[in-house]
Amino acid sequence: MLQVRNLNAYYGKSHVIDGIDLDVEDGQIVSLMGRNGVGRSTTIKAIMGLVRANGSIRFGDRELLGLEPHQIAHCGIGYVPENRDIFPSLSVRNNLLLGVKSGSGKGRWSPEDAYELFPVLRERADTAAGFLSGGEQQMLAICRTLMGDPDLVMVDEPTEGLAPLMVTKVKELLLEIARRGASILLVEQKLTIAPEISERLYVMGHGRIVFAGTPAELEADHALRKEWMEV
Amino acid sequence: MEGWIFFLFNGIVYGLLLFMMSSGLTLIFSMMGVLNFAHASFYMLGAYFAYQISTITGFWPGLIVAPVLVGCIGALVERYFLRTVHRHGHVAELLFTFGLAMLIEEAVVLIWGRNPVPYTVPPDLDFALFQIGGMSYSAYKIFMMAVSITMFVFLYGVIARTRIGQIIQAALTHPETVGTLGHNVPRIFMLVFGAGTGLAGLAGVIGGNAFVTEPGMARALGTIVFVVIIVGGLGSLTGAFIASLLIGVIQTTAVAIDVSLTDIFATVGLDLRNVPLHELWSKRISDVAPILPYLFMVLILVLRPRGLLGTRDS
Ligand SMILES: Nc1ncnc2c1ncn2[C@@H]1O[C@H](COP(=O)(O)OP(=O)(O)OP(=O)(O)O)[C@@H](O)[C@H]1O
Ligand SMILES: [Mg+2]
Repeated sequence: MLQVRNLNAYYGKSHVIDGIDLDVEDGQIVSLMGRNGVGRSTTIKAIMGLVRANGSIRFGDRELLGLEPHQIAHCGIGYVPENRDIFPSLSVRNNLLLGVKSGSGKGRWSPEDAYELFPVLRERADTAAGFLSGGEQQMLAICRTLMGDPDLVMVDEPTEGLAPLMVTKVKELLLEIARRGASILLVEQKLTIAPEISERLYVMGHGRIVFAGTPAELEADHALRKEWMEV
Repeated sequence: MEGWIFFLFNGIVYGLLLFMMSSGLTLIFSMMGVLNFAHASFYMLGAYFAYQISTITGFWPGLIVAPVLVGCIGALVERYFLRTVHRHGHVAELLFTFGLAMLIEEAVVLIWGRNPVPYTVPPDLDFALFQIGGMSYSAYKIFMMAVSITMFVFLYGVIARTRIGQIIQAALTHPETVGTLGHNVPRIFMLVFGAGTGLAGLAGVIGGNAFVTEPGMARALGTIVFVVIIVGGLGSLTGAFIASLLIGVIQTTAVAIDVSLTDIFATVGLDLRNVPLHELWSKRISDVAPILPYLFMVLILVLRPRGLLGTRDS
């Protein structure tokens, strides 16, 4: 469903992503791993139309390269940024409602679903979202994106800085998203949840893909893990 | 006492007009990140359009048509010029708004000439509505007040209660994220720019005949509006509101204060007649009224560099 070919991305003159190929099939959870600063965030920002890029990004039968972020969202791609970026002064409910795209019908997700999964969001529905804890904000950010009913959800480091209990909740939410039929492109650094839930994994190093394969293959490749993943 | 109520009333009417300008300018500033030097030019366009319309149909149709026209021009300027210039950075944007202000001023001179045009208060409202202590309160001033307040209540309702209002609020602080959620942020910005300039246009429609409609009006009011948003704190609507009323009241009441600082200090037993700069202290406050807003701005900037409620450094 998502087919990235020879993707290059730039910040000004610096060439951050250097010819990446990447695929996500229907209903799959795929993870993009790697150390700090290797270009994982930049890759999904490029797919979302947020950084200057060239190459090819096909989604279904459409070419995304050259579209505006809001058009890419309307093609069915959802994006949860690394810094979560909830709207702190708006209420939790309004944060969720802003995830609903104008002019689209009922999708797989409604605010009620978010409240069912995370009762704390219901309790705090009328509170300014800035008062939520980091973990709660992460849940809100993911749920807000789900309100737009994406077919592919790209989530940037959702477990970063969360307590173990919250990490488990993130994992369960991701599995539930996949169960409802959407694909996931998950950016992670540590091997906490990615190998358990992903069908395939990519590892990046210096703006390139250095590994592509199944969790079992990654598990077996000690040399690669030592060179590109362990800190 | 009654005199004070009268000046306070005039100050508030003027302050609300200032807020109609400064609120739009503040929203546009939050959005662009730079000051729009052409903002008061849209005020002037509002006044001239309303004048032109009033020569054909009388005052009332212009009250709606002129601000809408001005807002459309604003939206087009954003869509076809500012958006392109924006890519080249803040300095380019600032210079563009400078150029636009001059262009509008010259265009106005070209079409309507250098002299004031006879844009007057509509006869239906040109009477004293009531009197307090020998001071008559003009129906038109009350009307100006009513228009301003209605407009603010309406806008507040839109921003606080509607979906588009929520999207605007979020887009002002997190434009990128709002875009990734599927909202057309460039179109939202065009709308905000159009609404902000339309508000300035409305201020021109109701202010142009209360004051004077002439090519220098943009420059004169523009300076005061900048003072307002700097005093209030760049980017803060509440700050702009407080500063608008403060400066409106300061400007209109100061002209009525017929005493000097020397006189004031004399009442508490201090003699300023021989201290340095005694010439300055003995000037009547009404004579220095025009510089008071600037003095106030400088004072605020020294005491609170970000203005009363500002959060931004720029
Ligand atoms: N806005 C930017 N301008 C210039 N360079 C940037 C910008 N953002 C990131 N970079 C650089 O691009 C490279 C890739 O950054 P990216 O954010 O994609 O890394 P990452 O793999 O997501 O790692 P992490 O999230 O841990 O920082 C880094 O070297 C980073 O310094
Ligand atoms: Mg990152």
